[in-house]
Amino acid sequence: MTLIHELLEGMQDFLARAGAMTRFFVRVLLISPAGFLRPRLVIDQVYNAGALSLVIIMTSGLFVGMVMGLQGYDLLSRIGSEDSLGTGAALTLLKELGPVVTALLFAGRAGTALASEIGLMRATDQLSAMEIMAVDPMKRVVLPRFLGGVISMPLLTGIFVAVSLYGVQLIGVQYFGIDQGQFWSEMRSAVDIEDVREGLIKGLVFGVACSLIAVFEGYNAEPTAEGVGRATTRTVVVSAVTTLVLDYIVTAILL
Amino acid sequence: MRPSRAIDVSTGLFVLLGLVAIVFLVTQISNREFSLTETSFRLNAQFENIGGLKTGAPVKMAGVTIGRVETISYDMQLLKAIVTMRIDKRYDQIPTDSDASIFTAGLLGGQYIGISPGGTEEYFKDGDQVAFVQDAIVLENLISKYLFSQADKETAAKAEAAAATTPATPAKE
Repeated sequence: MTLIHELLEGMQDFLARAGAMTRFFVRVLLISPAGFLRPRLVIDQVYNAGALSLVIIMTSGLFVGMVMGLQGYDLLSRIGSEDSLGTGAALTLLKELGPVVTALLFAGRAGTALASEIGLMRATDQLSAMEIMAVDPMKRVVLPRFLGGVISMPLLTGIFVAVSLYGVQLIGVQYFGIDQGQFWSEMRSAVDIEDVREGLIKGLVFGVACSLIAVFEGYNAEPTAEGVGRATTRTVVVSAVTTLVLDYIVTAILL
Repeated sequence: MRPSRAIDVSTGLFVLLGLVAIVFLVTQISNREFSLTETSFRLNAQFENIGGLKTGAPVKMAGVTIGRVETISYDMQLLKAIVTMRIDKRYDQIPTDSDASIFTAGLLGGQYIGISPGGTEEYFKDGDQVAFVQDAIVLENLISKYLFSQADKETAAKAEAAAATTPATPAKE
């Protein structure tokens, strides 16, 4: 009996969180025009979420691409079609791997930073102080961080995919000696503009989801050291799961 | 935090890098050719059967890609498939008696339109119609034709054999 009871309670908690997050999302959307009034704040957050994630995104992208080059070449050489390495890698990276890995890295690098920063503001009563000064912390703190993340994610996705393709090329062409012209021309004839669009749409969707989760968890963190830590952990976990679930949904819609 | 100018510079660099990456993906990786000015012209062709031809398929002359298939539609009056091709302006001296055929790249590859040049001194202009066409060869049709012809031969041979044996039997009796 207690087990069922706990299960029901857990489900109720989950629903309550999902509902609170949806309400939070609507609130952020409703005040989002205010972001244009203070572009300076948004630019600072694009720097925080995007520019500071650049190194980790590019390094990871290069290695993901190089591994794809190795594995893809090994796989394709077994069926004697090494020349389609470029096509396979480009489609996989653009449509799937690029946006998803970027979102996971983004959640780990930028999402945690956002959540802990806002959580710490909550714990040290900075948010209440703002309210006392008649400054809306939603507009001043939450919105710029959310918009910064949303702007950064598609750009990071594009950079990730481009760098990964360079990595694939490095292994496939420079190391294994696939013909350079064939590598690129097969890729170009197989990849449609829709595939690029799909990748960027996914990047945008994941950007909205990960940024929202980060600011939500930070804003609603318990005002203790432990609460901030928990909010940070939850940001990563929830972002990762949400990204993978959303990936399925977006793919199913776009295919 | 760093001074505001350093933030501006690195933010700008990041946004620039992101946009360059996206432009690279759109123009270099995908098969969309962007052009600000009109650098191509259209040709139409009517086919009885286009097989597996798709929009975006290459149009080739002597193996060189000179354009792409833009649209494929079906004309209810003519009861034929209408294929519109976009040809690069550089190749504006294609004789008007050239013929367009649908070929398959390799045994199972994608299909493309091959144009073999004719001999007149008149050249195709924008919106012209290719008069001489050859339809796609559908593998299944070929196979079924071959099989049925084999079957026909066999029945014919059997009938012949039967005709040869029947007059012989009464003679034996």
